[in-house]
Amino acid sequence: MTMQMSRRTLMKGIGAGVAVSSLGSLGFAALEPAMAASVRAYKLAQTRETRNTCPYCSVACGVIMYSLGDKSKNARASVLHIEGDPDHPVNRGTLCPKGAGLLDFVHSETRTKYPMHRAPGSTEMKRVSWDFALDRIARLLKDDRDKNFIAKSGDVTVNRWVSTGFLGASATTNETAYLTYKVVRSMGAVTFDNQARV
Amino acid sequence: MTNHWADIKHADVIVVMGGNSAEAHPCGFKWVIEAKVKNNAKLVVIDPRFTRTASVADIYCPIRPGTDIAFLNAVTKYLLDHDKLQHEYVNAYTNCGFIVKEGFGFQDGLFTGYDEEKRDYDKATWEYEIGPDGYAVVDPTLQHPRCVMQLLKQHVAQYTPELVERICGSPKEKFLQICELIATTSVPDRTMSSLYALGWTHHSKGSQNIRAMTIVQMLLGNIGMLGGGMNALRGHSNIQGLTDLGLMSNLLPGYMTLPQEREVTLADYMSTKRFKPLRPGQTSYWQNYGKFFVSFQKAFYGKAATKENDWAYDYLPKLDVLAYDVLRAFEMAQDGKISGYVIQGFNPLMSFPNRAKMTEAFSKMKFIVVMDPLQTETARFWQDHGEYNAVDPKAIQTEVFELPTTCFAEDEGSLSNSSRWLQWHWAAQEAPAEARSDIDIMASLHLRIKALYEKEGGAFPDPILNVNWPYEIEDAPRPDELAREINGYTLADIKDASGAVIPAGKQVDGFAQLTDDGTTACGCWVYSGCFTEKGNQMARRDNTDPGDRGIAPNWAWAWPSNRRILYNRASCDPQGKPWAERKKLMEWNGSRWVGFDVPDYGPTVAPDKNVGPFIMNPEGVARLFVRGLMRDGPFPAHYEPFESPQANLTAPKIRGNPASRIFKRDLAQLGEPKDYPYAATSYRLTEHFHFWTKHARVNAILQPEFFVEISEQLAAEKGVSRGDWVRVWSPRGSIKAKAVVTKRIKPLMCDGKAVHVVGIPHHFGFTGSTKPGFGPNSLTPVVGDANIETPEFKAWLVNLERTTPPAVPVA
Repeated sequence: MTMQMSRRTLMKGIGAGVAVSSLGSLGFAALEPAMAASVRAYKLAQTRETRNTCPYCSVACGVIMYSLGDKSKNARASVLHIEGDPDHPVNRGTLCPKGAGLLDFVHSETRTKYPMHRAPGSTEMKRVSWDFALDRIARLLKDDRDKNFIAKSGDVTVNRWVSTGFLGASATTNETAYLTYKVVRSMGAVTFDNQARV
Repeated sequence: MTNHWADIKHADVIVVMGGNSAEAHPCGFKWVIEAKVKNNAKLVVIDPRFTRTASVADIYCPIRPGTDIAFLNAVTKYLLDHDKLQHEYVNAYTNCGFIVKEGFGFQDGLFTGYDEEKRDYDKATWEYEIGPDGYAVVDPTLQHPRCVMQLLKQHVAQYTPELVERICGSPKEKFLQICELIATTSVPDRTMSSLYALGWTHHSKGSQNIRAMTIVQMLLGNIGMLGGGMNALRGHSNIQGLTDLGLMSNLLPGYMTLPQEREVTLADYMSTKRFKPLRPGQTSYWQNYGKFFVSFQKAFYGKAATKENDWAYDYLPKLDVLAYDVLRAFEMAQDGKISGYVIQGFNPLMSFPNRAKMTEAFSKMKFIVVMDPLQTETARFWQDHGEYNAVDPKAIQTEVFELPTTCFAEDEGSLSNSSRWLQWHWAAQEAPAEARSDIDIMASLHLRIKALYEKEGGAFPDPILNVNWPYEIEDAPRPDELAREINGYTLADIKDASGAVIPAGKQVDGFAQLTDDGTTACGCWVYSGCFTEKGNQMARRDNTDPGDRGIAPNWAWAWPSNRRILYNRASCDPQGKPWAERKKLMEWNGSRWVGFDVPDYGPTVAPDKNVGPFIMNPEGVARLFVRGLMRDGPFPAHYEPFESPQANLTAPKIRGNPASRIFKRDLAQLGEPKDYPYAATSYRLTEHFHFWTKHARVNAILQPEFFVEISEQLAAEKGVSRGDWVRVWSPRGSIKAKAVVTKRIKPLMCDGKAVHVVGIPHHFGFTGSTKPGFGPNSLTPVVGDANIETPEFKAWLVNLERTTPPAVPVA
């Protein structure tokens, strides 16, 4: 499914060709191998390109992310450069001051990395396992639902759960949003909103 | 957006009001510059601040925050008084000739039927007169005193340029200059694009701000046109998508609604959704509601949704109020009625009004779960950060989870931008440390809860146990599996419009193939067509642009049906010819509609059938008068913000929007101008996005520190110099900030009094790489738009004084 364009590789090939032929025409043929060896490989030439869109505002500028690592099992891919996608019909390669800083968002020091838990009344957050967190949250949700679920209003079946709220994100994918909807609504939750208003 | 980003290049006039796209949507704003350079377009900016958008405007006009309707109704009056209408368009494509019921009126700032106690209207008279044939009565001569055009004239009569100056503080000459320019687009070959954002929605009458400009655009014939339209520039990358998919208290995907308690059975529910045409022969596309609804229930509940059980209608919760919106939810939480909150990629502690109320509400919850790629303030609401978050953790008994999630760079899927384009993206790196995708987390929670219900039983487990879960890996559904389900597929052999059989188990081509007999499933009908048998349409990357229209129809996929400009049938005259060659978008070729876009119309419906271009409306035409469809009036009327330096000059007794809901405690916390004399407004900065980029080092370097922006005049009055610390406070809170003394804000002369505006940016908090600061929500009131409960973040009152720097926060 992944679509990989290789603009950089192509450009590099063209550039090298021009350089070689013009040097050759000036009679410096012997210098060519030495010259080629002295030029450090263009950093992005070794990277893998991935197409994405900026997650900030609603223009949704196309971006190209350059990452090291070929996604094989033993190589951990890491993005080292992000720039505007010149093929994109709206931003045409440009990014704004927000989008130009995307790399620092991806590698922010204050990204969350591990499930954390703060016990009632505690002054600190502690690292916990995913299993602990998910089991505990499932238990809290089920207990509250069982306790506060409203099946009937008079004779009318209403099947709603009001007492736990859910907020959907503003930059998650449509596919995430749809699955979230499925999970939340199938529990009868009605205290449910997204970030469209703020 | 009814149109799309690149379409702005076709505009002849661009009005930016209620937004600041040069700073908030910079790469989209390029198309405004393109229009100026290549199309000789004129840019008008109407804003309380001289923004970067204003700096490249042909005309900039200041306006007092929260007075847009007075301005826009006066524009409407100007167009009517000077006969600057696109008459043929208005007559054929709007409800200008429809006759409204006897008894409808407007007096002292209120429409007929107001109930002060309920802050609500009985809207019975806000409807058309229905004739003996069952259709709305229309007077094509527009002379009937109760026809919409006459009522509109009457409604806007009081909005004179002089009144604009007194209410808005906008100089009369500037106002008239803008009217003249706007009026130039009433000719068929010139169009105006309206660009707006949260500067219009963040008001207690936000929906009516938009309505007011919509009326202007309809009178000018600018809807459905190249370079025209009402263009909402959404604030985030996928709130368009989350709204389309129905992630709101009262919605089902695709703008269907969750049942209300009074809709006891499916038959009751459907009885309000038949959308019988109000004029002969109209499309009234919502007549297909049943197909979208049944297909949704089949996607959701699979085999458990049967004809016999009304397609599992009882699996859906029913509402007893209009919605459990967040203002209501946190009001309940303040009373201890909300046990917990699960929060995905959202920072409500900083984003919802009255932060003190938010802190109190979270402190009363048993638990909160925050799923986010960044360390948010919300996940740390219980932590003591000195002046920036003064709480006692030991006194807060809330259990808190912070779950690390992937960000865009690590996940795959589609986002829906302002242009309604669904663009697919791919992952470029692995998730950091133990972060997981929101899909995996939500799926895992579902499976664990389901297992608990299987084991223990409990409250009505049926919908949880029976929800359709056809994913190859149960706890990690793939984005393409979900996208296919959103698009929809056949469950049995069905026949398409041509009679050809589509076998069971195939992706449908679009929503036209959906059925109401359980033979199709579709997660969100407006997205149907995004992932067909031809593959993932959202992943298309052909940027070819036939006719240089900026449409690039094979780049990604736009909802609905890959249509790029909504209502595009209206780009042609009633006979099917483009209104002007230079605005050519679609045309009737004698047998079908052809052109640069997908027709927003029956593709073979001939012009002589007199089917209106606004096919979703039972009228077939656009509504200058919206009947009872909005809670606060069929026409927009000027109301002051709930906290305003000026009484409502058109109706002095009315505070705020009379139909807005406001809770008692929040009402008691409103301030008066004698104590809080300055008009405050909030906004975004070029260098930051919401509360995210303060976590990105380069952005934190570019804009490292919170500030408030005041005029040189207010600074002089208060003895404040540039860079001094000031305290700004409202009845709900107090903040400290450095003062930016600026020429970008000037006092406005409103009804003979100088009104000072205080600008307060978003973006700062107590986590991330910027210096600690506050958000505007420490000060803002809890009251929302009457229709949709968007909080009034753009117009409230504060006081201000010079002060000392804040204490160093606790590490």
